Amino acid sequence: MTTKRLTGHIVLGVVLLVCTLSIVVKGLLVTVGALLTLFIFSFLYKDNPYYKFAEHLFVGVSAAYWMCMGFWGTMVPNLFGKLYPPMVGSVIPALKDNPPEPFMVIPLFLGVLLLLRLSSKAGWISRWALAFIVGTTAGLNLVRYLRSDFIAQISSTMIPLYASGAAGFNLGETISNSVIFLGVMSGLIYFFFSKEHKGVFGTGARTGIIVLMVTFGASFGYTVMARISLLVGRMQFLFDDWLGLIR
Amino acid sequence: MRHLLRLFLILLLAFVVDGQSVYSQESDPVTSTADSVATEPVTPPPASAFGLAGEDMPNDNGHKLRVKWQYPAEAVGDITGFEIWRATSPTGEFRMLGQAPNDYFEYLDIGNKETPAPDFMANNSDFFYKVVAIGKNGLRTESEPGGPFRTYGQWFHRGKTPVLVGVVLFGCFTFYFIRAAKKGKELYVRPLAGIEAVDEAIGRATEMGKPTLYILGIGTASEIATIASFAILGRVAKKIAEYQTQLIVPCYDAIVMSIAQDVVRSSYLQAGRPDQYSDDMVYFVTNAQFAYVAGVNGIMMRQRPATNFYLGYFAAESLILAETGNSIGAIQIAGTDQITQIPFFVVACDYTLIGEELYAASAYLGRDPLLLGSLKAEDWGKGIVMALIVVGVVATIFGWDGFRELIRVNL
Repeated sequence: MTTKRLTGHIVLGVVLLVCTLSIVVKGLLVTVGALLTLFIFSFLYKDNPYYKFAEHLFVGVSAAYWMCMGFWGTMVPNLFGKLYPPMVGSVIPALKDNPPEPFMVIPLFLGVLLLLRLSSKAGWISRWALAFIVGTTAGLNLVRYLRSDFIAQISSTMIPLYASGAAGFNLGETISNSVIFLGVMSGLIYFFFSKEHKGVFGTGARTGIIVLMVTFGASFGYTVMARISLLVGRMQFLFDDWLGLIR
Repeated sequence: MRHLLRLFLILLLAFVVDGQSVYSQESDPVTSTADSVATEPVTPPPASAFGLAGEDMPNDNGHKLRVKWQYPAEAVGDITGFEIWRATSPTGEFRMLGQAPNDYFEYLDIGNKETPAPDFMANNSDFFYKVVAIGKNGLRTESEPGGPFRTYGQWFHRGKTPVLVGVVLFGCFTFYFIRAAKKGKELYVRPLAGIEAVDEAIGRATEMGKPTLYILGIGTASEIATIASFAILGRVAKKIAEYQTQLIVPCYDAIVMSIAQDVVRSSYLQAGRPDQYSDDMVYFVTNAQFAYVAGVNGIMMRQRPATNFYLGYFAAESLILAETGNSIGAIQIAGTDQITQIPFFVVACDYTLIGEELYAASAYLGRDPLLLGSLKAEDWGKGIVMALIVVGVVATIFGWDGFRELIRVNL
């Protein structure tokens, strides 16, 4: 027996022992959760059968779960419950006495059009529903983004480059305002696609990409910190909820 | 007759507002404890002296009313605050809306727009209010019902005028440039490194005999980034069909999958290879974020694609996907408009389309007049933004804040 194989057997034996003990002490569900967590973590070493098992279980269970959620959380209250409330009275009593909303026939019709994809002959009709979804949301988003990203950006950048208050000239605010102004202007120049980045325009674009990279660096650090907290959560589950080592 | 009655009520109200002392002498206070009427009066003034007035709020769809009242300054110290109640008739059931501290004499009543909601406020409807002063000793002084105050909905929100101007302006630019592009006018778009590399990346996959993986992100079909990604997918799929290599598109959303199937199918058709298209190329995985990541990671590890595209809306899964792709040695091209995810793509991918470059890429690749015209209109929009900012900054330096107010959106 090779050393590698022996090590594998020892590890497996230890894991089985820990699992048996934890099932007795902590219960089956916590142990299964912990094992599945370890199976997913095993991907850090390399792809292996344990990871494959956890992956397939995760994908299958989540797809089924969201399908049920889609039906009971969306279709039942928002479609059936509005079209004909008494129909869902036994499931959601609060909706039973609501007046019916005949306009909900429109989303029902669009939904049926989408399902026509399953037909090889009438599948093309589903494009109407898709066109409606994409067109409507793109139109709505145009106004939303124009308001929040476009106009709000302009008015927020209109700040004095020479800041002064009751105490006179304010150096800190002046620097801060100047950085914001230069950052926004150079960023806009970088995202200008109709002109090649050469000469003065190119200098502006290069400044823009530097500003962007500094921003991304700060964002990276901030987000990594948030991800570490997710890892801490998993570690707490393993070492506290499962093994009970943290007290 | 109705107008006369309303006029009379308004005059009466004005009289109440202006002549509190007269009313206070004539009326008895209505005082009560929490649930029952109390016999012992608290501090003045009596009920009707609250002088309730109401006004419709502008720029809404008729579900907001501002209620104002008065209370003698010398008596304010004896109360802890006010309760505001609303009913649809003076004798109807009043419903408590909220509370205000003792130094506040107005309340903005924002009703619900939905019919079944208990605080629903209908457009063009009359409402009656009463205010209850809560005494420090626990006794309550209740005003007489004031009203009717009517809600009016407006068709146009004046505070959003800059948005209207922006939409019209942008629409005109788009219309003009699309027409120009359709007439064959040459519209220049600067090269984008990430997009220049698309052909090279697909060529590499072909040479290696490995598939190309295209991830549309975890956005729905309504996300702008997903819509832009569809356009790029069309171009990528066409090139893949020409090179006769394999394409894998695992999807997070069922509707996105449907659209992606249509896009890929039509690309194969355009490339003259409809027989090579199969619905199995574009398939649904799951719409649970991390389960989707686990599934896609498995695909990467087992099918070993030579090229990975991550274009669309991404969240926390971006780094996990990009790192796995990096570990298998795939050439990776990413792009998203999610600012927080771009850094992860920058560190783990070969090329990254930053924010709006993702939108520009679809126009650059396709050279479609519609997309090119939109891109040009965006550039003109940016030019106007820069000009407005410069003018605005100069204006604020000289203290002309009116210019900034001119383009502020007041919701």
